[in-house]
Amino acid sequence: MAHAYTPGLRVTALARIERARRLPLKGTVLVEKGKMLRAEDVVARTQLPGNVQTVKAASLLGIHQEDLREYMLKKEGDAVAKDEVIATSKSFFGLFKSECRSPIAGTVEGVSTVTGQVILREPPIPVEVNAYVDGRVADVLPGEGVVMVTAGAFIQGIFGIGGETSGVLHAIVDGPDEAVGASHIKGDLAGKVLIGGSYVTHEVLRRAVEAGARAIVVGGFSDSDLKAFLGYDLGVAITGQEEKGITLVVTEGFGKMRMAEKTFRLLRDRVGARASVNGATQIRAGVMRPEIIVPDPAIAPESVAAGAEEFAQGLRVGSPVRAIRDPWFGRIGVVTDLPPELRPLETEASVRVLTVRFDGDAEVTMPRANVEMIEE
Amino acid sequence: MAEPNDIRSVLATDCGSTTTKAILIEKVGDEYRLVVRGEAPTTVEAPFEDVTRGVLNAIMEVEELAGRRLLDGERIITPQNGTDGVDVYLSTSSAGGGLQMMVSGVVKTMTGESAERAALGAGAIVMDIIASNDGRLPHEKIRCIRELRPDMILLSGGIDGGTTTHVAELAELIAAADPKARLGAGYELPVIYAGNKDARGIVEERLGSKTALVVTDNIRPVLERENLMPARLKIHDLFMEHVMAHAPGYKKLMAWTSLPIMPTPAAVGSIIQRVAERDRINVIGVDIGGATTDIFSVFDEVFNRTVSANLGMSYSVSNVLAEAGLDNIMRWVPFDMEEADLRNRIKNKMIRPTTIPQNLEELQVEQAIAREALRLAFEQHKSLAVGLKGVQQERTISDTFDQAASGETLIDLGRLHLLVGSGGVLSHAPRRAQAAAMLVDAFLPEGLTHLAVDSIFMMPQLGVLASKYEKAATDVFEKDCLIHLGTAIAPVGAAKEGAPAVKVALETPKGRVAREVPFGAMAVIPLAVGETARAVIEPAKSLDMGDGKGKSIEATVKGGVVGVVVDARGRPFALPGDAAKRIAKLNDWKEALGLYPR
Repeated sequence: MAHAYTPGLRVTALARIERARRLPLKGTVLVEKGKMLRAEDVVARTQLPGNVQTVKAASLLGIHQEDLREYMLKKEGDAVAKDEVIATSKSFFGLFKSECRSPIAGTVEGVSTVTGQVILREPPIPVEVNAYVDGRVADVLPGEGVVMVTAGAFIQGIFGIGGETSGVLHAIVDGPDEAVGASHIKGDLAGKVLIGGSYVTHEVLRRAVEAGARAIVVGGFSDSDLKAFLGYDLGVAITGQEEKGITLVVTEGFGKMRMAEKTFRLLRDRVGARASVNGATQIRAGVMRPEIIVPDPAIAPESVAAGAEEFAQGLRVGSPVRAIRDPWFGRIGVVTDLPPELRPLETEASVRVLTVRFDGDAEVTMPRANVEMIEE
Repeated sequence: MAEPNDIRSVLATDCGSTTTKAILIEKVGDEYRLVVRGEAPTTVEAPFEDVTRGVLNAIMEVEELAGRRLLDGERIITPQNGTDGVDVYLSTSSAGGGLQMMVSGVVKTMTGESAERAALGAGAIVMDIIASNDGRLPHEKIRCIRELRPDMILLSGGIDGGTTTHVAELAELIAAADPKARLGAGYELPVIYAGNKDARGIVEERLGSKTALVVTDNIRPVLERENLMPARLKIHDLFMEHVMAHAPGYKKLMAWTSLPIMPTPAAVGSIIQRVAERDRINVIGVDIGGATTDIFSVFDEVFNRTVSANLGMSYSVSNVLAEAGLDNIMRWVPFDMEEADLRNRIKNKMIRPTTIPQNLEELQVEQAIAREALRLAFEQHKSLAVGLKGVQQERTISDTFDQAASGETLIDLGRLHLLVGSGGVLSHAPRRAQAAAMLVDAFLPEGLTHLAVDSIFMMPQLGVLASKYEKAATDVFEKDCLIHLGTAIAPVGAAKEGAPAVKVALETPKGRVAREVPFGAMAVIPLAVGETARAVIEPAKSLDMGDGKGKSIEATVKGGVVGVVVDARGRPFALPGDAAKRIAKLNDWKEALGLYPR
């Protein structure tokens, strides 16, 4: 019990960031190691096998399934057009003719004489993977993709929706405690990553979508707004697939929350720079948090240490922390003591606690579970 | 390996998705007792990607607390040598999301359901049931198999000697999907075939070259009988050989353990079955975790397990809200609260799942959510723990497709003897009465039911231990694992609010105690742990304790840390619709049970 393990979110001005860019299936890598790329450049391409459809050919033709092959006009591997006749049968001296047509364009994958089905496959679906961040190809994963490396500011949010995107950073508020209102959505916002303050409503978010903004970063968001924006109640925190026209990154939590000063400053100091944003969040084993990466082309990634050493060491006296549950939710302070023994809370539960001094305030005692480490 | 009665010490770990828990059991005189427990974060994920790191960290905490050396570098010392090391080391695992399976059967409510029960009983999460009659088009099923990427597929279908066509169709769907396993890109997906034995050749032809196919006995050889054990054992074998062997660090862990690693829920199921069998009782066990809630039941020796994959107190807390609805959660909160506030609190718990309530208000909200998660999980359990569908009726095989309603639930709350709760929100409730209240409110037991909680959730480790060292497992289960809360007395039926509902007279070791409880109220009669009392329970004429309306019963009731809880709120249970009345009621019950500090 030498130290507590409380992983926090990374918010840092300079980090070396590597991102593996993999295809879902084997394919072709289009770039070489060492090449400098922009976020939108395609790095690898493949074709996903098309969807499979089955046709109950034997029953359509009124024949025994064992005899199906005799009636097939197409064999395995043949290409077929939509509505093309793939099998036919004649009965009663050829007076009655039954036909079986393909419901799709594709190829014949199989003919089953047990089930009497013909299995058809639709044409392959092309899939491309882009570089996602401005940076260099650090490594090529043959047939799979590449590893991109870059150096710059790296900010993890707590929750997000929407997938990967990139754009130019643009501040729409003056301070971290200012909520984003309809009046802030003005000027040319197309292709921009908006830096918000404490809060945004779903109505204002929709306006940002209409204005063509690619992403928005805010301190807090309300669950009622999330429900209204998505059109359903989000049950399990697995996001990233939403197609709502914008990627949202929430840095602090649900409700009105002032964005952490450091996060806001980091973003505002980089207005005009290109940023890569991903709202994908998975809160379960293999946690994944949303992120904002602002590459600095002037810095060589090799000159930056891998980072996160502070977190690996765990909480210590002097560690900067953020309270992540009521009654001090969102406040930032410094650990002043880590008593080893269990202490009772108001709830009467005895838990491991720490004492924290919040900015300019007296010390408070709270459960260790209710803080997260932040980087200075 | 040491013989069952010779072992002096056991070290057992349970690798959960977030925490790895270790316990040390030692023989003291003639009995085995828990000595200490330790825990550490699970290290299956990056940056560690090696489960043994977390295991070693948890063991180091045990070493520190027990003041004994158990590790020699990164090796567990076995057998015990003086005071160093242990005789047996074993482990269970649900890390990395546990065992995730898809099952398939010909008729969804018949072989499909049997396959689901087989997989659940083996400790799996069932991601989907593919059936010939599930209403989806073939390409939709294929897409589903491909996208879900299960760890394993259980294919069943048809009774022995019955149709082979539908089974062939299912095998063709799986072959067309050409599914890839979730862990380890380079190995073939394990598929277990446990259907009509006449279709084995057809299945082998279609799946033999594309998957790691294993064939075992039919889970439904005839309509009237299920035969789930062979399939369950195969699932365990493949879990070890394929799934675990590809999870980070498990090869090493498998080499350390004296017994095969078991999926955590399978181990819990095993200990619950042993208890039910030994004491010849009907038991329900529930484990409410961060992501899932598992319910185990044994009624008349029939074991069932269900897992509600998205009902939990942290990762899936928001899904409890989505499924139960806001009103159902709010009904248990004994004060006024804004909807927006509750919504944000729940979402904040979801995004920071390891936080804990610091003040009373937060605790009460969390326990309100737990009641609903438990209630919903129990509803799901009741609908799956049913008799076999499609039997005992003379019909043609085509008619049996429509017999969905014929299987009735096996769960009869009036005949439930023991209800055991586990999982953080129950096991770590600051007052044990809170755990009792959550269990009673969520499960609504009827008649007489003994209540208990698993003190530190060691049922998984004891489940594996019991497979070879039964005495050690039973000793610890009785003495250290279960915390007896007491007995619930709950008459069924309704009466006028405030009218006399039930008279309870207990002959306790300290003398006679009698209480009359009005309808709509709750009360507690103290009866300590280890004490029993002869009880005479007289329900009012409209209420039933199991022998008929108004009929008195006599029984022996067991005590516990809470005592005898008299629940005269009637069954079916309802809360007042009016907010002020509802809050007043909740506060009355809170007072009666001494749930929270004033």
